[in-house]
Amino acid sequence: MEDASAQQAHVHAPPEGFLRKYVFSLDHKVIGKQYYALGLLAVCMGMVLSWLMRFHLVWPTARIPGLELLSKAGAPGGIITPEYYLSLLTMHGTLMVFFVLTNAPFAAFGNYFLPIQIGAEDMAFPRFNMMSFWTTLVAFLVLILAFVIPDGPPISGWTSYAPLSAVGKDAGPGMGWGMNLWAISIAIFCIGSLLGALNFISTTLDLRAKGMTLMRMPICTWAWFITSCIALLAFAVLLPACILLILDRTAGTSFFIPSGLVVSDRLQPHSGGSPLLWQHLFWFFGHPEVYIAILPSMGIVSHILINSMRKPLLSARVIIYSMMSIGFLSWMVWGHHMFVSGMNPFSSLLFSFPTLTITIPATIMTLIWLGSLYGANIRINSASLFALGFISMFVSGGVSGFFLAQPSIDIVLHATYFVVGHFHMVMGVASIFGVFAGTYFWFGKMTGRMMNETLGQLHFWLTFIGTYCIFMPFHYLGLVGNIRRYSAFVNDFTGPLMPLHKFITIAALGTGAAQLVFIFNLIYSRYKGAPAPENPWNGTTLEWSIPSPPPWNNFGGKHPVIYHDPYQYDVKGSKGDYIMQDSPEPSAG
Amino acid sequence: MSSTIYQPVRTPPPALRGSLLPAARVAKVLSGAEGALQSGIWVGIFAITMSFAAFTSALFVRQGSGADWTHIALPPVLYANTLALLLSSATLQMARRAVTAVPPFEPRAVRMGLGWLMATLALGFIFVAGQFEAWRQLAAQGLYLATNPNSSFYYVLTAMHGLHVLAGIVALALVVGRIAASRAAFRKSTFEATATYWHFMGVLWLYLLLVLRTKL
Repeated sequence: MEDASAQQAHVHAPPEGFLRKYVFSLDHKVIGKQYYALGLLAVCMGMVLSWLMRFHLVWPTARIPGLELLSKAGAPGGIITPEYYLSLLTMHGTLMVFFVLTNAPFAAFGNYFLPIQIGAEDMAFPRFNMMSFWTTLVAFLVLILAFVIPDGPPISGWTSYAPLSAVGKDAGPGMGWGMNLWAISIAIFCIGSLLGALNFISTTLDLRAKGMTLMRMPICTWAWFITSCIALLAFAVLLPACILLILDRTAGTSFFIPSGLVVSDRLQPHSGGSPLLWQHLFWFFGHPEVYIAILPSMGIVSHILINSMRKPLLSARVIIYSMMSIGFLSWMVWGHHMFVSGMNPFSSLLFSFPTLTITIPATIMTLIWLGSLYGANIRINSASLFALGFISMFVSGGVSGFFLAQPSIDIVLHATYFVVGHFHMVMGVASIFGVFAGTYFWFGKMTGRMMNETLGQLHFWLTFIGTYCIFMPFHYLGLVGNIRRYSAFVNDFTGPLMPLHKFITIAALGTGAAQLVFIFNLIYSRYKGAPAPENPWNGTTLEWSIPSPPPWNNFGGKHPVIYHDPYQYDVKGSKGDYIMQDSPEPSAG
Repeated sequence: MSSTIYQPVRTPPPALRGSLLPAARVAKVLSGAEGALQSGIWVGIFAITMSFAAFTSALFVRQGSGADWTHIALPPVLYANTLALLLSSATLQMARRAVTAVPPFEPRAVRMGLGWLMATLALGFIFVAGQFEAWRQLAAQGLYLATNPNSSFYYVLTAMHGLHVLAGIVALALVVGRIAASRAAFRKSTFEATATYWHFMGVLWLYLLLVLRTKL
């Protein structure tokens, strides 16, 4: 009887049948895992694409066996054409930015843990939640379709700059239906992300348990909340941009295509459009997107570091305020991607100031992490190692941002590998390190089994050293003027750089292979790992107060009551060295 | 019987009685999902506003970028449509007053509420049909989507708004269905959220009309 009434109070009934349980599930935990799986699939594909590119860069005449099966025109005899190189580049960027960096740290972990950490039974709108995953999956399939159509994937890069992205197949292979699929895919992705962000915001605002004030939410919940606010506005701008792009391509409008444009010896039948308009709309989304990728990882890393240090951060509040100000400032800096676009140089200056200002909250956060680590007796394990690795990557990649934020320096470096090194470290690898840290930390909660620690640490060291070997040399290449986006470097000037390129390629292949350790660990631990206790890390937040894995309604029909701030570690006079958030034990000595 | 349909605060189930939660809080926990509906609608409105802000800024940039910016005369039927949409907001308010009157769900009030809701739906359909007629009138003048930037923006903005209105019509139809099938659980929050959305559609249209009139 009690069970029945608890179910009535729940936002949806317990799932029954295979489809409802595992496929079209309304359960935020299953949806989180689905997002994770999609992210994993996309990251594997994206990584293979980067291998192909790196391999071709240093051995341009070597055959890649089997590649001709993927595209006869793009890789005749298994050798990548310059155009197909750009196709791979486009798909690598699109997969990684949208389907990995947005999905894994935000949609996957956020879906799984945000409702639990605030003491809710599910998201506010479980049906929307299911829809947002399936919409995202459709977006993924539409994008992947570009590989198999005769036209091939677009060559526009993940930023799809107009006017070439808008004029159709005159712009090159893949720019016909391939580009259409890209634009449609991203438009669909926007809808999925908007639904997701709406759910995250409403859930955080309205479904918090009794006593869970906003400032008592764990830092990662804050990060997901701030990220969803950014995503809500960012994808709401990218969607109109994609609609206008699709209309330019298919309906003959001229939003982005200027008058008198000749492409492939053909005068384009358009007039008066503004190519810069696309860049403005795209980067108005695109820069906040960088923070959509990195903020959740910042939250996850803070959450794990506090647990591993067994003491609170110097100031959790300042971390939250810093994330908020990063979120706020992210709306004023999109023009720093456009310093070389022909935009008014005075605007460049205007965009440069807030860009440099963002380094202030970023630095404050870093100093809080490092200051808290000072003298801490940190517990070293795979999760905390990746959290520390995140800080390292964030700092190393972030420092080059100081240079790029200044228009005069950016003009020199913009089209070089310096930029590639910068954003891969600070946005790509750092964010992925957050995902790895979160995986090692929460795997036990999500599956009921712990991950293998030895393999985890091996994975960390190989990945940490490997990614530095890949991306650090990019900066040097850029400084000497090695241009990016080219498929081969065969002239006298770039010839001497080839040994370094070879080193990077070997490092990339090796680091990629090292990820097999992670994949193996995931699969092995899922079935053979040690059973996970309820609270393996002696954590304080609500996810550690419920069984591993949690029941379908998270708290078994109970409504947790929150008595404490999230991180009550090292509490004098308490029974253990920590107090759970829902424990009535007083925290003051 | 009618009281089973409309329950703003449900009685706490036995599982929660005597728990640590005070009664008022139990009600709040249970109605959390309903509160989320209202904030969810506002979050959605925020996102839609952002999208139309993006369209508007695109319009401003496009106006300055080419020499082909012209002027199109708005089809007069737009003003009739505007009237229909504004009237529909008024009828929706009447429906809201009837349905949420005290005592709630008194059969005569429900009948009246349903009547007003049907009027709202009808006015919504008239608006959409009128917008379609405006397209036909423009097309008759030879103004299509790709004719010039002004007509492009006209079709894009009205189509986007029209799609959102259609979504509102679907939501309203669901509300009508739930109220009409008196055995089904009807949540006041669904009605309130739909009403908020519908009024926003009117406000958004007034803004768009201003933009269309002054810029195109």
